[in-house]
Amino acid sequence: MNSPSQLSPKTTTFTEESLKKQFRISEFLAEKIISSVAFLSIAFIFLIFIFVFKESLPLFNSESGSKEKTEASVITANKPETYGTASEELKPESYGTEPEAELKPETYGTESVSNEELKPESYGDTPKEDLSVSPSEETTEVVSQNQEGADKTWSTFFTTEWVPVSDNPRFGLLGLLIGTLKVTIIAMLIAGPLAVLAALYTSCFASKRVKEIIKPIIEMLAAFPSVVIGFFALMVLASFFQDVFGYDSRLNAFIGGIAMALAAIPIIYTISEDALAAVPKTYTEASLALGASKWQTAFFVVLPAATPGIFAALLLGVGRVFGETMIALMATGNAALVSANPFESVRTFAATIGSEMAETVFGETHYSVLFFIGSLLFIFSFALNAVAEFYVKGKLLKKFQGK
Amino acid sequence: MKDIKIKVNDLSLYYGEKKALNEITMEIPANKVTALIGPSGCGKSTFLRCINRMNDLIPNVSIKGEMLVEGIDIYNKNVDVVNIRKKIGMVFQKSNPFPKSIYENIAYGPRINGIKDKTQLDEIVETSLRQAAIWDELKDRLDDSALGLSGGQQQRLCIGRTLAVSPDIILMDEPASALDPISTSKIEELIHQLKEQYTIIIVTHNMQQAARTSDQTAFFYMGNLIEMGKTNSIFTNPVQKQTEDYITGRFG
Amino acid sequence: MDTVVNQTENQFFSSKKNVSETKGKFFIGITQLAVILIIAILFIILGIIVYQGRTKFSWEFISSFPTNGMTEGGIFPALIGTFILVIVMSIAAVPFGTITALYLTEYAGENSKFAAAVRFSVRTLAVVPSIIFGLFGLGFFIQFIGAGADTVLNDGQLRWGQPNILWASLTMSLLTLPVIIVSVEEALKTIPREMREASLALGATKWQTIRKVILPESVSGIMTGTILAVSRGAGEVAPILFTGAAYYLATLPGSLSDQFMNLGYHIYIMSTQSSDVEKTMPIQFATTLVLLILTLSLNVVAVIIRARIRRKAK
Repeated sequence: MNSPSQLSPKTTTFTEESLKKQFRISEFLAEKIISSVAFLSIAFIFLIFIFVFKESLPLFNSESGSKEKTEASVITANKPETYGTASEELKPESYGTEPEAELKPETYGTESVSNEELKPESYGDTPKEDLSVSPSEETTEVVSQNQEGADKTWSTFFTTEWVPVSDNPRFGLLGLLIGTLKVTIIAMLIAGPLAVLAALYTSCFASKRVKEIIKPIIEMLAAFPSVVIGFFALMVLASFFQDVFGYDSRLNAFIGGIAMALAAIPIIYTISEDALAAVPKTYTEASLALGASKWQTAFFVVLPAATPGIFAALLLGVGRVFGETMIALMATGNAALVSANPFESVRTFAATIGSEMAETVFGETHYSVLFFIGSLLFIFSFALNAVAEFYVKGKLLKKFQGK
Repeated sequence: MKDIKIKVNDLSLYYGEKKALNEITMEIPANKVTALIGPSGCGKSTFLRCINRMNDLIPNVSIKGEMLVEGIDIYNKNVDVVNIRKKIGMVFQKSNPFPKSIYENIAYGPRINGIKDKTQLDEIVETSLRQAAIWDELKDRLDDSALGLSGGQQQRLCIGRTLAVSPDIILMDEPASALDPISTSKIEELIHQLKEQYTIIIVTHNMQQAARTSDQTAFFYMGNLIEMGKTNSIFTNPVQKQTEDYITGRFG
Repeated sequence: MDTVVNQTENQFFSSKKNVSETKGKFFIGITQLAVILIIAILFIILGIIVYQGRTKFSWEFISSFPTNGMTEGGIFPALIGTFILVIVMSIAAVPFGTITALYLTEYAGENSKFAAAVRFSVRTLAVVPSIIFGLFGLGFFIQFIGAGADTVLNDGQLRWGQPNILWASLTMSLLTLPVIIVSVEEALKTIPREMREASLALGATKWQTIRKVILPESVSGIMTGTILAVSRGAGEVAPILFTGAAYYLATLPGSLSDQFMNLGYHIYIMSTQSSDVEKTMPIQFATTLVLLILTLSLNVVAVIIRARIRRKAK
């Protein structure tokens, strides 16, 4: 040891002074900044809800405003509503069948979106007219006195007519809801079994080597942008299935459903696979030790034990399909038709926002309604996630830890 | 210089509700090697980690009692834990060099203490490595990754890294448990040299090692300090029956 | 007796065995079929897009502007627009995501309610439909911040209160935030506790430890997260539909307040609203091929880096 004095601890002693608690500004700042940034994630959730909902507020404001103002004129205020409903009661049958023949879903919406900001009015009516002219022409005069007013907007929510741009705009969300549900059901009927079975194979039957190949490949499907899947459905699937089934409208709920299934499969697959892999080894071993074969163990022991996780996977799959925009825009035909036929065109909530937001004018009813639909979508996906998270987690804890 | 470096008064440690250390009271002499022995799970490592407050990192740990280092209770809320750790270094059971060069490993401590001058850092690196008795082996490859060293070299590098901060007390948590006999003897030799300048507390499950290296030995069992005294007398003439059983290998 | 291969554990039940075996084969076969079907679909999509896109796919296609009312020419501005989008997006999202991940692994207490809320929010962000981000971008960035900035800075002249590449990128960065957080968090978790203890035992503070030991060690995790986020951001269209993507621009965006063209949006526009869908078909497929190559190759790189991190951790 040549120069140990350099490091000798003699100079350093323990005194109250040298050990006194120090305030380190960088330490303090780092912690505060890092926690605040983390907090922003929470804030974003609130901000998203607040700002999406805020834009739909005019719907609520004018409604309450008009109610407060005209207590005396309740009867007159009510009248428009009956008008509104009367007109829509008349319509549905004739409406539902009338336009579908001449409605060419693919070409629908051929507006350029580049400069819609400049001339919104003129843009708004070009494409929409196809849809709206036929039913509205006769009724405009009747209802024109009360075309403004949120009361009427609200009353039309529960109808099936989606005619946002006309002299007598109607915002029937039911048609969109039915369209969305239809696509979701079709997509889940395809994606659910496929993805869960594939997950079951991966986690219970595949050898380790095969598993290491399959898993990344299927998860690679998640890297396909939805616009690519939508494009594929539009260009390839639509024609193919039309040739096979020979239905009329090339783009329809069925095509949209298949395409969305492709988007939902990787989500359902990954989460189900995790859930299946999380089933304790002891379960499997106990079952095998009792003489059950591999497949019996997989279907009657592992699969039931992983149900909560698979349920969560399906919920998140539903969330994905429900809010999927690009595929819906490109593959479902975008006509708000109400029918049970899976080969009819449909229009989903998300696609409605996606295709119409660019044509609306800031602050008008149509704009607010689209944001209102957005709020509904947000609440729905939030709720799905919350259920998937808390319900499933609770169940899993109970199951595996006996808590 | 005072004879007693650390004085522990009724120190108890809880993991949540569970009491892991039970009212430990002991005195640790300065510039001596004190060995903590006992069966695994007896609390000796937990106790060691109390001395530089490493247990602060574990959630749900609460500590009662006093840990006086040169008369200052390090668990006093006015005491700065970072400064405590600068004075009380620690060498871990598993050698844990940073995935950086040998030089950077040693320079890490001085750098965080604000030493930026290159010549000064060079000097500290050399001195620390000399003190850790590894300078001759490593002086030509200071820029190599520390992860390329053998286990024994890594552990001595870690000791050197601790020395570079010029601590007063060095805590060693089974520093040789993962090493081969030759590396172990090098570490033991090193401990012997270092005690001239540092107060060393070493946890070991190897009783020969405790007997060879230490001046004082403390025997822990089930969170209690059973017996403490001169290493010689503990090994040849233990007072407590449990100590005798443990030393003679009747349980463990 | 069938010629079924007997498994040892079944040899005791010779009579029941065969029924069970056939049934088993059937069920396992179904699951196998599901896997094969999914993988087949995946390769069919890939194959058709590569096959249809290859004719038009060339350097010239990538490096030239669309011409003749977008019925001919290349996709250069869409490609550049996408690049700018993901770069600005990464600049916003990567530090943000990394810091949040740092909070979750280094600062959050084990039972911290706040950390649980952060985690829940991150997972919620990951499942919110992408179109909602678009609405948020419009309502928050454009109408609120942008228009607000115009009132304060530009005397109400419209500059920031309209769709542009900055708002589109920020909207996209929100969407990709969870991807980065999850990747970085996973990487941080693979850093052994001993590293942190070694640094702290030398008298380093928590922040010093993070800066000098933890962050350098998590670079590959941050990279994985960034690559995955870029791959995601390059392909998403819904969030930029009304926050900045343009149908056609004759010039490249010159500032952050310009609109931009985007690959995914280009595909959408060309396939649904082109003046001649039939004629531009090769362009559409080639554009899709470019986008797919971009997203898939980024994903493969991320998967490889991630696998390496995991192996290192073991």
